[in-house]
Amino acid sequence: MRHIISMLLENEPGALSRVVGLFSQRNYNIESLTVAPTEDHTLSRLTITTMGDDRKIEQITKHLNKLVDVVKLVDLTEGAHIERELMLIKVKATGAQRDEIKRTTDIFRGQVVDVSSTIYSIQLVGTSEKLDGFLAAISGTTILEVARTGVSGISRGEKVLSV
Amino acid sequence: MELLSGGEMLIRALHDEGVELIWGYPGGAVLHIYDALFKQDKVEHILVRHEQAATHAADGYARATGKPGVVLVTSGPGATNAITGIATAFMDSIPMVVISGQVDSSLIGSDGFQETDMVGISRPIVKHSFMVQNPEDIPMVVKKAFYIATTGRPGPVVIDIPKDVTDPARKFKYQYPESVKLRSYAVPGKGHTGQIKKAVEILLAAKRPVIYTGGGVVLGEGSALLTQLAKHLGYPVTNTLMGLGAFPATDPQFLGMLGMHGTYEANMAMHFSDVVLGIGVRFDDRVTNSIAKFCPGAKILHVDIDPASISKTVVADVPIVGSVTSVLEEMLELIRQSETRVDRPAIEQWWKQIEGWRERDCLKVTPAPDDIIKPQQVIQCLYDVTDGDAYVSSDVGQHQMFAAQYYKFGKPRRWINSGGLGTMGFGFPAAMGVQLAFPDAVSVCVTGEGSIQMNIQELATCLQYQLPVKIVCLNNQALGMVKQWQDMQYGGRYSHSTYSESLPDFIKLVEAYGHVGVRIEKLSELKQKMTEAFALKDRLVFIDVLVDPMEHVYPMAIKGGAMKDMYLSKTERT
Repeated sequence: MRHIISMLLENEPGALSRVVGLFSQRNYNIESLTVAPTEDHTLSRLTITTMGDDRKIEQITKHLNKLVDVVKLVDLTEGAHIERELMLIKVKATGAQRDEIKRTTDIFRGQVVDVSSTIYSIQLVGTSEKLDGFLAAISGTTILEVARTGVSGISRGEKVLSV
Repeated sequence: MELLSGGEMLIRALHDEGVELIWGYPGGAVLHIYDALFKQDKVEHILVRHEQAATHAADGYARATGKPGVVLVTSGPGATNAITGIATAFMDSIPMVVISGQVDSSLIGSDGFQETDMVGISRPIVKHSFMVQNPEDIPMVVKKAFYIATTGRPGPVVIDIPKDVTDPARKFKYQYPESVKLRSYAVPGKGHTGQIKKAVEILLAAKRPVIYTGGGVVLGEGSALLTQLAKHLGYPVTNTLMGLGAFPATDPQFLGMLGMHGTYEANMAMHFSDVVLGIGVRFDDRVTNSIAKFCPGAKILHVDIDPASISKTVVADVPIVGSVTSVLEEMLELIRQSETRVDRPAIEQWWKQIEGWRERDCLKVTPAPDDIIKPQQVIQCLYDVTDGDAYVSSDVGQHQMFAAQYYKFGKPRRWINSGGLGTMGFGFPAAMGVQLAFPDAVSVCVTGEGSIQMNIQELATCLQYQLPVKIVCLNNQALGMVKQWQDMQYGGRYSHSTYSESLPDFIKLVEAYGHVGVRIEKLSELKQKMTEAFALKDRLVFIDVLVDPMEHVYPMAIKGGAMKDMYLSKTERT
């Protein structure tokens, strides 16, 4: 099963490499990873999506918790949560396809953020599933470039990941 | 407030942390630090002959004393030479602080002379690491390093220090912090009382229980409480390779070591048990054999300070995260309070069954013909000659298993071996570390002619510091354990495991280093020559014992089987 593990990390040199290293060292899989500082400049928030059964995920979270740089951690997929990923995609937009792409983009509530006579650059935000859905929907067109941020997430309701 | 340079602060901080001894080897990047060492007399430095030996010596010191071992090495090759020793300490959870020099901050990343990314290279084998960026940070970094290395599940910590940070020309105010708090690092204390209660009830209701304990009991100073618990319950106890000595081996409740080369009775008892109380163990593959077939009828109660060790391989029915001493204390208290009583008739019946397995006498040594010495007989003799009271370090291979099986350790911290990583070359430097910690104690290194050659240069260190280590070399003229596997699984094809024509004359070799060498070739002279060698209290003696080259270590687990599946000799199996 897919899990989204989000953590607060000391904003120290080498902290990210410890997290990434742990995954490769223990043969865990990283599907996506995002990291950026939080409002507290001493902390970064890092979100990893990974696959595994309950036992594997338990081991992953235990080992992450053991890392001295990891301050706090949550498996967002354990409860109700919001997940978002941003995708920038550059496609060939000529002839009849130009309108079709625009329509599909609107249906997916994306935006065309850059235009040339033959190209659309589209921005799309949503769950990874939605982004996959969009890629499938425009599979008939020529995709020139895809840049995805990886999943970021937050729990619903009162639950907060903070120090 | 005193003004000190970075190098001076480092040495002062070590002293303020209570460090008396460090092991190391100088080089360009640590010359400022070595100069600071020279100008003081509080921290003693032992010059080894190879950085790997520095780490093993510090490790041996840590295992024998419980205090952290400290190592100082230079950048580049100095740092990489230390890696095997750091990994060894990491696998066995040994508290250690390794200080490595680094090139000037301005040169980092430029492929400078003797530059290597020590923090990066050591990352998977340390508990934590630091790269010091400002001299002012040194006291706090040292404080944090020792705190992390010694608390919770202990482990090695690396402090990488660029040369400019220790510059003697730049002085800073020095104050050693009294305490340290890390928001992201919590040390588990007491276990969950509800869980301990649950475990106690299962334990008391057990009909075929086994107490299975490991290195965690030694590291966590839980030996006395474990013995108290075991005595109170009257249950059988088995130790892992790392746990030997935590429960007195001469006690009738002791079944011997378990696992791959464990005793028949220990492995049988584990397999047929209905409750396994694992304390400070990690259900390592050398113990469990096939996980799917492991202890089919047993409820697993697992106590460990590291939550990640619990249910990692074998799923625990009752997991308890906490320090060994606190959990054992609480267990003992709850057992006294509980209304459930030990099922004495069932336990008696269980012991009867165990005695039946014991009668097999799986460690019986059949003497060889023609006065040939069996390796097991050497360990038995060593046990007699040292009154069972020596610090015994070992290298890795057959001799290690023979030492574990036949030296009946009565106290914790007496058996010093590389259990997790299985590092050949560990034993001799570790024995030096032990000898420095306890100058008057008998420090023995049980080794083989293969392992000893992996750090034999330390004979020079022993002469320099007058360390009267005794080296007992079980010389079978081959890489015995490799050869055993080749006998058993590769049709006796000895691929690169023999070298009898090119072995050095160890006696001449140790004499060249200024020590004493004794060669023993006949069983009839074993006891006398060993006694004479150990009587030379002030000298390092290398005892080269020619042993039966065809001997195998038994019992031996049958790969892929359950714990009950063992070879008991070359011709018998369960």
